[in-house]
Amino acid sequence: MDKIKFATVWLAGCSGCHMSFLDLDEFLIDLAGLVDVVFSPVGTDLKEYPEGVDVCLVEGAIANEENLELALEIRRKTKTLISFGDCAVTANVPAMRNMMGNKTAEPVLERGYIELADENPHFPNAPGIVPELLDRVLPVHEVIPIDIFMPGCPPSADRIRATLEPLLQGKTPEMVGREMIKFG
Amino acid sequence: MAVNTLTIDGKEIAIEAGKTILDAAKEAGVPIPTLCHMEGVHDVGACRLCIVEAEGTPKLLPACVTAAAEGMVIHTQTEKLQNYRRMTVELIFAEGNHVCSICVANGNCELQDVAVEVGMDHSRFSYRFPDRGCDLSHSQFGIDHNRCIMCTRCVRVCDEVEGAHVWDVGSRGPDCFIVAGLDQPWGEVDACTSCGKCVDACPTGAIFHQGETTGEKEGDRGKMAFLTTAREKQQWTR
Repeated sequence: MDKIKFATVWLAGCSGCHMSFLDLDEFLIDLAGLVDVVFSPVGTDLKEYPEGVDVCLVEGAIANEENLELALEIRRKTKTLISFGDCAVTANVPAMRNMMGNKTAEPVLERGYIELADENPHFPNAPGIVPELLDRVLPVHEVIPIDIFMPGCPPSADRIRATLEPLLQGKTPEMVGREMIKFG
Repeated sequence: MAVNTLTIDGKEIAIEAGKTILDAAKEAGVPIPTLCHMEGVHDVGACRLCIVEAEGTPKLLPACVTAAAEGMVIHTQTEKLQNYRRMTVELIFAEGNHVCSICVANGNCELQDVAVEVGMDHSRFSYRFPDRGCDLSHSQFGIDHNRCIMCTRCVRVCDEVEGAHVWDVGSRGPDCFIVAGLDQPWGEVDACTSCGKCVDACPTGAIFHQGETTGEKEGDRGKMAFLTTAREKQQWTR
């Protein structure tokens, strides 16, 4: 059997879910024998998301234009997309700026780059290089269809393993019970 | 003593007249999820998690405020009910700002518990992200309105068990919120005895002890039932 093409993506999150993924410890060696890691911030140095990915873990919410473009791209090129962790599933901490109203990018940048600047206060401006913030931060499933939801901040390594193992055998994991779906 | 007999999920049960369907289910050992219900204070049917189906009526009935009647045939776990219960929990999550990972009640939260119970792995509804505040004016406690689910357990316990009536509900519809005194900062309400019963009664991290960090709050849901029984029946141990 061909190896499964496996990817992980990091959008607006703290990378804690990826750290938890690395907590899989020795199972990572088993996993490496079963999958081809074709795109991942912790597994490859590739910049372009490839075609024909079988399984992809998506960490983080949709907070800027790059997140939005990448989300649409991975949906086009991936068979099974897993919303990986609370930021992807609920928008979580990155979305706390949404409480400031409908257009939250400006007050957030104002606070970060003007009010708190010790010297040289100015907005970041590098069109085409630094992605613009969206007005609101969204959970991934509000932008693209998601196949499996794996909540948790972060999901434990055990939960990640229990989700991936059935997929590697061509089955669908059962996301029920405290061990699999508790938020936080 | 007048008794009503009814069937709950196929189990026949006899229960004292005047008791609710929830009481009867408890007697029959049939679990029904609840959030706003708390032993020791009266029921208000605020959360609608305990809805059940009764044969012969198209309406879904809240078990905590519906009297058990003679001959009722009740179903508590139909697909329709499970679907609505999950939807209810999703709506509660979408309605406020429940960021579990930075909540004092993470891991000890009844809202988290019911989310797991109804199988909610995400919310199908868009989050509203309302702009709500926190009140830290009390010397020992705090209230974070972002995490309030309007179960009114704090209102009832303060009124019915402590007898202070510090809490009430202000405003209407989606703007509803819990007010201290006459919508004053909690710390300025003289009626508050600082007993902390509202902290124990709160199912989420909305009312907490100041200084508690993420994951530290532990509610004591059984305390109010204990206090009520203690006073009424002079049973002072549990």
